Amino acid sequence: MNVTQLSLFLENKPGHLQNALKVLAEEGINIMTLTIAEVADFGIVRMIVNKPQKALEVLRQNKFVCSPTDVLAIELDDKPGSLLKALQTFSKRNLNIEYMYAFTEKRGDRAVMIFKFADIEAAKKALLEEGFNVVKKIDLIGE
Amino acid sequence: MFNKQYEAMEVKKLKELQLERLKWSLKHAYNNVPYYRQSFDKAKFNPDKFSSLDDLKHVPFLMKQAMRDSYPFGLFAVPMEKVIRIHSSSGTTGNATVVGYTKNDIEVWAEVMARTIAAAGGTEKDIVQVAYGYGLFTGGLGVHYGAEKLGATVIPISGGNTERQLMLIKDFGTTILACTPSYAINMADFVEKKMPDYDFKKTKLKAGIFGAEPWTESMRKEIETRMGIDAYDIYGLSEVIGPGVSCECSQKSGLHVFEDHFYVEVIDPETGEVLPEGEKGEIVYTSLTKEACPVIRYRSRDITRIYRDSCKCGRTLIKMEKVTGRSDDMLIIRGVNVFPMQIEAVLMEIEGTEPHYQIIVDRKGALDDVEIMVEVNERIFTDELGALKGLAERIEQRIRSALGISAKITLVEPSTLQRSEGKAKRVIDKRQL
Repeated sequence: MNVTQLSLFLENKPGHLQNALKVLAEEGINIMTLTIAEVADFGIVRMIVNKPQKALEVLRQNKFVCSPTDVLAIELDDKPGSLLKALQTFSKRNLNIEYMYAFTEKRGDRAVMIFKFADIEAAKKALLEEGFNVVKKIDLIGE
Repeated sequence: MFNKQYEAMEVKKLKELQLERLKWSLKHAYNNVPYYRQSFDKAKFNPDKFSSLDDLKHVPFLMKQAMRDSYPFGLFAVPMEKVIRIHSSSGTTGNATVVGYTKNDIEVWAEVMARTIAAAGGTEKDIVQVAYGYGLFTGGLGVHYGAEKLGATVIPISGGNTERQLMLIKDFGTTILACTPSYAINMADFVEKKMPDYDFKKTKLKAGIFGAEPWTESMRKEIETRMGIDAYDIYGLSEVIGPGVSCECSQKSGLHVFEDHFYVEVIDPETGEVLPEGEKGEIVYTSLTKEACPVIRYRSRDITRIYRDSCKCGRTLIKMEKVTGRSDDMLIIRGVNVFPMQIEAVLMEIEGTEPHYQIIVDRKGALDDVEIMVEVNERIFTDELGALKGLAERIEQRIRSALGISAKITLVEPSTLQRSEGKAKRVIDKRQL
């Protein structure tokens, strides 16, 4: 049920993201969503791709520092206040979000958000109990 | 001239004096320090048969490593009750070089420093502000004792607190400033940025004696113009005595070595052969009068050349050129001696870091700026930005506490640092000294 996100270390300099993306493109790997967290000198690229194992392999072969991270993909109604409602639930359950970002594609009429929790299993249990739809990896990337 | 008898001694007589003193120094080291006894015996050198300065080439060198291995007091040649002062070079405990001084050594040190200040135009009428650090570092106390010996007035302010330094220069009527050249430029910058009403030219400051780090002619010009003073280079190293080994005179061309206390040779750093006067190589020191810590053929790693000219100042002492290079990889950063190996040791302590690093030294304004690029690998990489930043900060703190320098840590992608065949290029020095 957990979704595999790839986290990639890059220097915050022109051309560096491009070098990494080129490696993925040449392997025919599709990036489904991507976000970057950065400080002045470096950044961490977080992405969800259709072939995470292959992507990890080729990035490492090309000397990139890259690691897999488990995250949760949660379906939310695409209407005002629904993200707020989700967050209220998390705080009620004392679940701290380390970071989050939106998935680029909608599933039907619903939006998908990616969340990284410190304790993914506890979060998953709580969310299921609260009636959230946690999207399965296979449904998300089709693997 | 503070001591004309020695500073302007006829060269022939000076060499006779050196030979006499050298005979004593070699025997003193051999009889009282097991290290020298072993090393002389191994080289089959008998100090009793030493009869000409030329024989010195048969004496084995003293390497910095041997001094470190003798930590703390292994090279002392007198019992501790005769030692009245300890100084120590910067560096982590295991790497520190410790030196001791007898009462007479302190007397000699004060003498050569008094000569140094006098060579920069100092007299008993001067007020000397000592902005070198006081403490284990030899700079502060070295200048202090020399200025007192000269009869000048000493302001023992030590390093730092720039605003106060400037205030005392003005209020106390300081005439001679003693500090590192980069700190002098730092003071000028401070005035320019924060004290627009302060005018060096309205103070009594007339000269500066600057040392403890390499500096250039262009820095001299800059200091002289901005502070309205004469800037003199002074040179020394704690292993030999501290500041006061050699100094510039009114001619500002080359530094006179106080040859009645320190014998100098220049060698080829590869072969160890003594080079003729005038040729560039590594300068090697032998103490002639030191009691507590005699140094016999100490390899300084400083690159220079020595020569005699008939200097207009009247001193007959041999001159050495301003030191501009090293025959090893030691860096002098803001007056602190740093070996890349020390940085590597710190990195190795941090879990997961591989010793793939590069040190970039540059001069930003007046001060040395150090950046250490560290390659990130899978073991230290984490998905959390905060943890990665924390890692860089931890390395910074460790470098600061272990080496005493502040460096910016930049995390870089693997394989971005140049790996040449054989020796990795660890240091890029952009300072153009």
